[in-house]
Amino acid sequence: MRELSYDVVAIGGGPAGMAAALAAREAGAERVLIIERDRELGGILQQCIHNGFGLRRFEEELTGPGYAHRYIEMVRNSDIDVWLDTTVLAAEPGGVITSVSPQAGLQVVRATSVVYAMGCRERTRGAIRTPGSRPAGVFTAGAAQRMVNMEGYLPGKEVVIVGSGDIGLIMARRMTFEGAKVKAVFEIMPYSNGLTRNIVQCLEDFGIPLYLGHSVTAIHGKDRVTGITVSQVNEKLEIVPDTAFDVACDCVLLSVGLIPENELGRAAGLMLDPITGGALVDQFRQTSLPGFFAAGNVLHVHDLVDWVSEEAAIAGRSAARHARGELPEGGAARQVAAGEGIRTVVPQRLSPLEPGKMSVRFYFRAARPMGASLLQLYADGELAFERKLRIVKPSEMIVADIPVRKIGAATKLEFRLAPAPGKAETEEEIGEEA
Amino acid sequence: MTGTFGAGPLPATADVVVIGGGVVGCAIARELTRFELSVLLIERAPDVATGTSKANSGILHAGFDADPGTWKAKLNVRGARLYADLAEGLGIPRKATGSLVVAKDAGQMDTVADLRQRGRDNGVPGLEIWNRDRLLAHEPNVSPEVAGALWAPSGAIVCPFLATVGFAENAIRNGARIVTECAVTGIDVVGGAITAVCTTRGRVATRFVVNAAGLHSGAVARLAGDDSFTIRPRRGEYILFDRSVGQLVNTVLFPTPDKVSKGILVAPTVHGNVFIGPDAVDIDDPDDRETTAGGLAGIVAGARRIVPALPLGTAITEFAGLRAAAGKDFVIGPSPVTRGLVHAAGIQSPGLTSAPAIGEAMVEVLAEAGLKLRPRAGFVPVNPAKPRFHDLDRPAQAALVAADPLYGRVICRCETITEAEIVAAILSPCGARTVDGVKRRVRAGAGRCQGGFCGPRVTAILARELGIPVTAVRKDSADSWLFLPRADIGAAEGIHA
Repeated sequence: MRELSYDVVAIGGGPAGMAAALAAREAGAERVLIIERDRELGGILQQCIHNGFGLRRFEEELTGPGYAHRYIEMVRNSDIDVWLDTTVLAAEPGGVITSVSPQAGLQVVRATSVVYAMGCRERTRGAIRTPGSRPAGVFTAGAAQRMVNMEGYLPGKEVVIVGSGDIGLIMARRMTFEGAKVKAVFEIMPYSNGLTRNIVQCLEDFGIPLYLGHSVTAIHGKDRVTGITVSQVNEKLEIVPDTAFDVACDCVLLSVGLIPENELGRAAGLMLDPITGGALVDQFRQTSLPGFFAAGNVLHVHDLVDWVSEEAAIAGRSAARHARGELPEGGAARQVAAGEGIRTVVPQRLSPLEPGKMSVRFYFRAARPMGASLLQLYADGELAFERKLRIVKPSEMIVADIPVRKIGAATKLEFRLAPAPGKAETEEEIGEEA
Repeated sequence: MTGTFGAGPLPATADVVVIGGGVVGCAIARELTRFELSVLLIERAPDVATGTSKANSGILHAGFDADPGTWKAKLNVRGARLYADLAEGLGIPRKATGSLVVAKDAGQMDTVADLRQRGRDNGVPGLEIWNRDRLLAHEPNVSPEVAGALWAPSGAIVCPFLATVGFAENAIRNGARIVTECAVTGIDVVGGAITAVCTTRGRVATRFVVNAAGLHSGAVARLAGDDSFTIRPRRGEYILFDRSVGQLVNTVLFPTPDKVSKGILVAPTVHGNVFIGPDAVDIDDPDDRETTAGGLAGIVAGARRIVPALPLGTAITEFAGLRAAAGKDFVIGPSPVTRGLVHAAGIQSPGLTSAPAIGEAMVEVLAEAGLKLRPRAGFVPVNPAKPRFHDLDRPAQAALVAADPLYGRVICRCETITEAEIVAAILSPCGARTVDGVKRRVRAGAGRCQGGFCGPRVTAILARELGIPVTAVRKDSADSWLFLPRADIGAAEGIHA
């Protein structure tokens, strides 16, 4: 077993891992390594051949592989080490990483800082407990996307999509392009979980019906799937009697949520946020394990890769500072809570703020769709900050820079979403993280 | 003399034809290879363990349930002992967890005391009555609203797929032929005696047929003119939970049984998962394995009576299994109608536990039916060990990768299953032919992502190793195709593992 040491190791070579490694190197980490289990960098972006990536980060519209390529080039042009086809078996407190690959066998790396960047996995049929038989032809949308876009095979010809997550919407359009008949998208919630632009460009433009408030109550077929049974649900998500109907299909694609892939962290004793499924982090993206940082979809599921790159850069810079012993240590972290109207907030705690820091950027997901709203910060129970939002959707991340002077010395911070009185103004532009 | 496995041609003759590649048929075939016999096992699916053997509780019952003197009572206790000796050598994961029958009140404590007595009559070792405190000390997640339990230290858990594959592989290593995708279409009977079995792959002449056709064993018997029993499929639904909650229970937890079934269990699996189930619903279709909203809700409610805090958010899959119920006891013995036909039918719980003992019993039944048995020199009772990367320590893992680099490529990230293990599962004498066949043998795709990541890669490895196009790879059954060629690309290109 080979033993090596690095200042910063990113576990995962998708957009988060690459951005974190690059930022760490720029911030002065001398020896930086990316460990990637696939045979190329880029992660899930490589199978996302549609456009719509990079509008914020590069101010142009790129495909997933196009976006990945920008970062892969930057990594290539740096002296960051990259191990491909390599799986991390354990990342233990203290920064001892054990990995395995066909070429190099088992290797142990000592990392001063570690950035978790393993991404997320798709929620399965089993996790949502859809009854029925277990025939062939039921795939998660992402698995089907890989087969179509990277391997060149179709998962079926008559398709039903369950759940209106973005991958499902993208696959509705993709399967239509491939000559398949996409019969419908069924979403149990009364609103879509996908981006508005995907509803328009992937469903409406192709006349694919979206059934909101509908749940799949059975999957049928002994060998290959032959159809599903669908019913309406009420506002408590209970089945409405006598609303069941059958839809014949030979393929069911599931797009019912994404779950941060935190098994390495869990094994190391990482404290997780039960709602995001990701680590509890402070503004440096440092987790409950000193020297372990997290970024990207392993921390919380993002809507846009642009946010992933930005957040990963924060984690990478912090990792570099930690490696040099320059990350502020000590001082009690303050809790940041998701209050009324907010489903998740990241970071979930604030370590002592550094002098000269003007604002702290927070990422939110709303608990439910709302019209014009007020994003509010309550500091020790007092309303300390308010910002108008034009519209609020659970599928779209809210990003806000909160002035440090508004946070003050409060020990308990809670964010809420409240309906805005009167007509809302246009959403204000948000500044870059200082 | 190694046998064969797969959807190949039938031999013209066989001394014994075993119908059905479940755990019972495979255990019987293995037992028969101890003798100078040509043994043929035929199975209608592409793999063994695709019926009752693929969806059950995976429990080695201690043996206190059955009435003394029944086949169930005799074969259960014997079978549980045989597994203790056989499991390691055949590569069957087994854990001696013990089992508990949980009693909620004084009335159930009386039932539990009766079970202990019945168990003693059946020869079950070590049975004890535990009080509430002792039970809760051993199982802290059990409801505090309990009175006590019956402790059976010989209760254990086993992997039902690998039990079946272990018996099948050993039978093949000892010369048995297993022909898959081979459904029985008729049985020739001349003068009251069997002369041949007709199948979708042709006709095989034989004088002895072992009916181990599980849910279809009643239909097989009738093909030979024997309607002495009928099979009633009884469906049971299950929910399987992630390994992350594997510490929920330490032992197999039964409720105090009623007349119909052993009730809804909460139990660990040999691979570190936890499951709840099964219920028991009589149905008509012997292939109907649909789970139902009502059934799943029912087993959740039942399981909560034992373990109130069920981690439902960590469910990774749900499935239904079918018991082949023929009556109160197993149907073991010669056909009362047709000479040369012997039954190992109606094998419901504790069938998995009893399987190796059924194998022994059927040898005696066949001998009494006139089959000449001459012990064969060279019977090899064990299968070569198959390394499991995940279970090894780091130096052993490093040595494996050094010997075969494919042990260094993790294909299934949830269960840490390497490419070498998947290739070995395909190339083994009883090798996987389907994606689910790989899953049952080495657990690739059995974890929390349920094959979302590794499914395409396992498909690619199957295509490569079997020398078939990706579009010919199947999930499980003969017609369970997975992928079509993309119109503009065609099926010619391979895919990346």
